Amino acid sequence: MDNGHAERQQPILSVRNLKTYFFQDEGLVRAVDGANFDLYRGKTLGIVGESGCGKSVTARSVLRIVERSGRIIEGEILLRREDADGQIDLLDLTKLDAESRLMRSIRGKDIGLVFQEPMTSFSAHYTIGNQIAEAVGMHLKLSKEQARQRAIDMLRSVGIPKPERRVDEYPFQLSGGLRQRAMIAMALSCDPSILIADEPTTALDVTTQAQILALLEGLQRERGMAIMLITHNLGVVAEMCDQVVVMYLGRVVEKGPVDQIFHSAKHPYTQALLLSIPSIESEPRVKLPTISGSIPHPYRRPNGCPFHPRCSQAMPGLCDAQVPTLLPVGPDQEASCFLYHQPVEPA
Amino acid sequence: MLAYIIRRFLLAVITVWAITVLTFVIIQLPPGDFVSIYINSLQSSGSQVSFGQAEAMRAQYGLDQPMTIQYARWMGMMLQGDFGMALAWNKPVKEIIGDRLVLTMVVSISAIMLTWMIALPVGIYSAVRQYSFGDYAFTFIGFLGIAIPNFMLALILMYVGYKYFNMSIGGLFSPEFENAPWSLAKAGDLGKHLILPAVILGLAGTAQLIRIMRANLLDELRKPYVVTARAKGLAETRVILKYPVRAALNPFASTVGYYFPYVVSGSIIVSLVLGLPTVGPLLLTALVAQDMFLAGTIVLMLGILTVFGTFVSDLILMWIEPRMRMEG
Amino acid sequence: MATQPTSPDAEERISVATQWQLMWWRFRKHALAKVGAIIVILFYTAALLAEFLAYSDPGFVEAQRSLLPPHGIQWIDEGKFAPFVYGLKGTRDPQTFKRVYVVDPTQKYPIVFFGEGFEWTLFGRTVNRHLIAVEGAPAEEVLFLLGTDTLGRDLWSRLMYGTRVSLFIGLLGVMISLFLGILMGGISGYYGGPIDTLIQRVIEIIRSIPTIPLWMALGAALPREWSVNQVYFAITIIISLIAWTELARVTRGRFLALREEDYVMAAELAGCSQMRIIFRHMVPSFLSHIIAATTLAIAAMIIAETSLSFLGLGLRPPAISWGVLLQDGQNVQALAISPWLIFPIIPVVVIILSLNFLGDGLRDAADPYG
Repeated sequence: MDNGHAERQQPILSVRNLKTYFFQDEGLVRAVDGANFDLYRGKTLGIVGESGCGKSVTARSVLRIVERSGRIIEGEILLRREDADGQIDLLDLTKLDAESRLMRSIRGKDIGLVFQEPMTSFSAHYTIGNQIAEAVGMHLKLSKEQARQRAIDMLRSVGIPKPERRVDEYPFQLSGGLRQRAMIAMALSCDPSILIADEPTTALDVTTQAQILALLEGLQRERGMAIMLITHNLGVVAEMCDQVVVMYLGRVVEKGPVDQIFHSAKHPYTQALLLSIPSIESEPRVKLPTISGSIPHPYRRPNGCPFHPRCSQAMPGLCDAQVPTLLPVGPDQEASCFLYHQPVEPA
Repeated sequence: MLAYIIRRFLLAVITVWAITVLTFVIIQLPPGDFVSIYINSLQSSGSQVSFGQAEAMRAQYGLDQPMTIQYARWMGMMLQGDFGMALAWNKPVKEIIGDRLVLTMVVSISAIMLTWMIALPVGIYSAVRQYSFGDYAFTFIGFLGIAIPNFMLALILMYVGYKYFNMSIGGLFSPEFENAPWSLAKAGDLGKHLILPAVILGLAGTAQLIRIMRANLLDELRKPYVVTARAKGLAETRVILKYPVRAALNPFASTVGYYFPYVVSGSIIVSLVLGLPTVGPLLLTALVAQDMFLAGTIVLMLGILTVFGTFVSDLILMWIEPRMRMEG
Repeated sequence: MATQPTSPDAEERISVATQWQLMWWRFRKHALAKVGAIIVILFYTAALLAEFLAYSDPGFVEAQRSLLPPHGIQWIDEGKFAPFVYGLKGTRDPQTFKRVYVVDPTQKYPIVFFGEGFEWTLFGRTVNRHLIAVEGAPAEEVLFLLGTDTLGRDLWSRLMYGTRVSLFIGLLGVMISLFLGILMGGISGYYGGPIDTLIQRVIEIIRSIPTIPLWMALGAALPREWSVNQVYFAITIIISLIAWTELARVTRGRFLALREEDYVMAAELAGCSQMRIIFRHMVPSFLSHIIAATTLAIAAMIIAETSLSFLGLGLRPPAISWGVLLQDGQNVQALAISPWLIFPIIPVVVIILSLNFLGDGLRDAADPYG
């Protein structure tokens, strides 16, 4: 635990009961349906879940770049930031207009984003340098020449060799690993206090994955930013994160410190997820346990606890009727499951 | 990149060659040869041609030689800029088509420019505001544009202009400029007269390009780099114009290669209806009179200019695509 | 699982539906495409029934009745539904001494449905029934729903015949194009390599030549003494010779794309025979695209025929087609006096619009998983 002054112990970003719904012709999709978590300076928060559980939409909600059909309908996203006078204030991002000058000055400046797809996250029509310098020039009010120099420095700091040359190259001239490094350089170019990394290593091969993770860790130590790491890879979580949030169908089902989640997971979904990772101790030639069933169709969300149709410990009459809430199940650890709590309201 | 240019250039040369063969075949198609038609036309105007003179002419034009040699001679003539005689005018073909060919290209290129000026912003609007009222309205107009063949549109507009505004639309020059030498005033007059043919010629293409641009842009808007650009904090307009629009421009530009021949083609028939002094009406009279030297030359020239235009648009396309520029 | 927006049965139904079913469902959602399909069917039905829908002999010339304005049916007679048409009386214009026709309200000719008119042959038998017929006078003399042309022929009846010619030239042309296109595109896509390159270059060359001048030149080269039928087939071939490239391009593109599809590879890995892969997995998704492209090609062919005939280089009178009919309206002065001559534009626009809607709907439906 960090024992700096009181300010450092305050979360830099708090997400409270966030609900982002998509209103589509075919029906309503509750992509994020009550997400709660905090981000601390210098710490990494892992957001874990299967694909389609609302991890990426959560990240986009924080940046307020959800597609047109999606809307934040409830909740708060509280960002602690220094305003123009050096005062610390707490800004609720959900209250801002997504296109406002203030929100745009937060995107890229206070919060950086690194994306899953190093192939397509850069536009193929401009040089790497052009795309990095663009953000730098805008947020830090630098001249073209200064912005370019800054882009070169950033490329160097993420370990790209010959940055003076790379800066004028196009994305397709870089390998996947280098491109992801360039992407990190771009996200960090304005020195943000929060970095959102959305599956930053999924598309990379294993060696490159390890290098990119090490790079992120090193940069975090240097710069002290908070990282929100979105991944479906529990190995990455174990390696990188301090805190973990497990999401299922848009809801947080469990959260807590990484050790507790890995060693004493409470929610049946978390337990099932952990069981499905191959381990050195597991018997050879024995099938890994899988979670039975598949994620329900987004338009057909089950009643009650969203996980109950796939849960081996589901209690008929309870889990399929009422929705559990996130409540403490141990020191710093919370889970939303009726195995640990009786329903709050009578049925 | 050089390899690409050379490849494209070779293809253009082969295309031009294919067009010459085709043109030659067309010239040969009608029954009777050029000399007998020529003699007929002379006779109808009262002059007499003896059999010996006819044979001499046949020998002069090589009509007594086998096809391949005739083709070679004809090509030789073409390369020297000798396109033969236009029967009805009794003048060299070159003199008759020069100006008209230029005007054909002026009309076609203005139609293309107009098309771009409209299709680009409207396509962007329709994609960004997908399913909005404006999007539906443009889609509807677009469908009409595709469904009304351009010569019919010309007919309708002419009728409406004549009947309700009591003006005769058509031609490319006001009467006072018709035979005047080129001047700034004449060019201005031409500009005014160009608008209507350009709109008529460009409507169908505009409708198609709007649909292409809209579809391309909708594809591009879903790509991750757009999210990256938004996450940088750029204003939405800038995000869209700098990134997805730039990317959607490439497939859009590549259609121009096919669009150019299409417009030139359309200009022929629209010129006929509107009475524009392009090669269109000339081609029709030449074909009806079976004046194959004139008709062949027009087909050939249109073909060559189109191939040239397509080649240039290919080069431009290559230049705007960094990937092709670097690797090509 | 009590209340849910869609029942599990619906999902079950979707997951076991065949590809054709999925396409049909998807197509059904396309309102414009459905309207287009209905109109196309109506037009082709009308084309088949041209003689029945016409009421006057399309070749019946009466120069004295030239350029008569539309002269329609009156539906109500003395408060009752009893359709009739007024007679026409020829008089001399006192100034120009030209013969003009005016409506003669004293003469009424009842309209009968399924009545008798000019004779035509149906399966070798001579019949004379028509949808609309006039009693008491030949229809050629009194009924002119859309007016007459310069030779006094009834425009409505000629339009019916023209519809048949123009629509079937499109259909016939598309079949030739389709044959050439699938053959060349298929060879190109199947063999690949140098043959593919060669065919692609040929297509590129053909596409970079302006088509109308070429059509015009070929059309003009047809011998004058050819019969109506000979010209008809020659024009069909000329049009289809140039239009096959687009179909070849689609065929080849689909072929190449399909070879890379995961489900084709999956079928291969599952040990399906070559035949089964082609017919069971490739043909359905292939055919649907071809059908969509064909629909759009018919529209292009109709435009081509209409344009050529309009210029006088396509079908020639006495053949009747939309383009031939529109030739009368080429001149603005003539149009200003007799605007009904331009009427054939409407069926042209309607059918092309409908074919486009239908083609678009089919193209969307062709990718039921997209």
